Amino acid sequence: MLITRRAEFSSSHVCAQPSLSAEQNRELYGAASNPNGHGHNYVLEVTLEGEPDPVTGMVFDLKVLKEIVNKTVVEPMDHRFLNYEVPPFDRIVPTAENLAAEIWKRLEPHFAGDRARLHNVRLFETEDLYVDYAGDRT
Amino acid sequence: MTRLTRRYKFAASHRLHSGRFSEEENRELYGKCNNPHGHGHDYVLDVSVSGPVDAASGQVVNIQILDRLVAGQILRDFDHKYLNADVCEFGETIPTSENIIRVMENRLRAHWRHAFAGEWPRLEKIRLRETRRNAFELVS
Repeated sequence: MLITRRAEFSSSHVCAQPSLSAEQNRELYGAASNPNGHGHNYVLEVTLEGEPDPVTGMVFDLKVLKEIVNKTVVEPMDHRFLNYEVPPFDRIVPTAENLAAEIWKRLEPHFAGDRARLHNVRLFETEDLYVDYAGDRT
Repeated sequence: MTRLTRRYKFAASHRLHSGRFSEEENRELYGKCNNPHGHGHDYVLDVSVSGPVDAASGQVVNIQILDRLVAGQILRDFDHKYLNADVCEFGETIPTSENIIRVMENRLRAHWRHAFAGEWPRLEKIRLRETRRNAFELVS
């Protein structure tokens, strides 16, 4: 069974590689490469997979899931400029793809050995663009 | 593996009618979609692309190129058009959402490798929402 919890955070970022020219970055990232950055209302959907506990009837305690997501993702990233304030985005480009992978990395250890495991991370950068990441496995 | 989904919107009209059936049979099969002068929808098209994330760019796909490809191969011909008359594939083929989505896949595939020179990502899924109550998915 899959259960999904949604969270939101608002952050700014700029997508550009220091090794590329302004024109090359523009070709690769479009307006997202504007040097002073811009922001999004990110929407995160965290999906866990597991069987309901026969006693509680729950796959995972959603209050606990909310706390984990808040502590590992929302609090560090909400109302921050990702490139300057949230490592590793001082070193890697904060694309939606890299953000989804980083969020997976932060969440996954919290579900090791429990009844439920992390199944998928879906990150909406806008309503018209989202990324799914389900770990290294292909 | 990471999957990126990009959403596009277009408005188009169509009429579902097959020359193989009688007027009554068409009416029975397609219902209101068979009304003689056609009707329209605000379609929502989700294109899902998957692959490894490039270490330097942090991207599965160059979104600028994907946008240009979809604009040139699909939106330019479909947006604010009457599909039966304005899109060449629907001369014989009935523009049901099932057929529309297949035409779109063919168009994207025909230009995919050329558009994404070098490392090209995988076109994984196309999802077409005709109305809030109807959606069609083609998984590669």
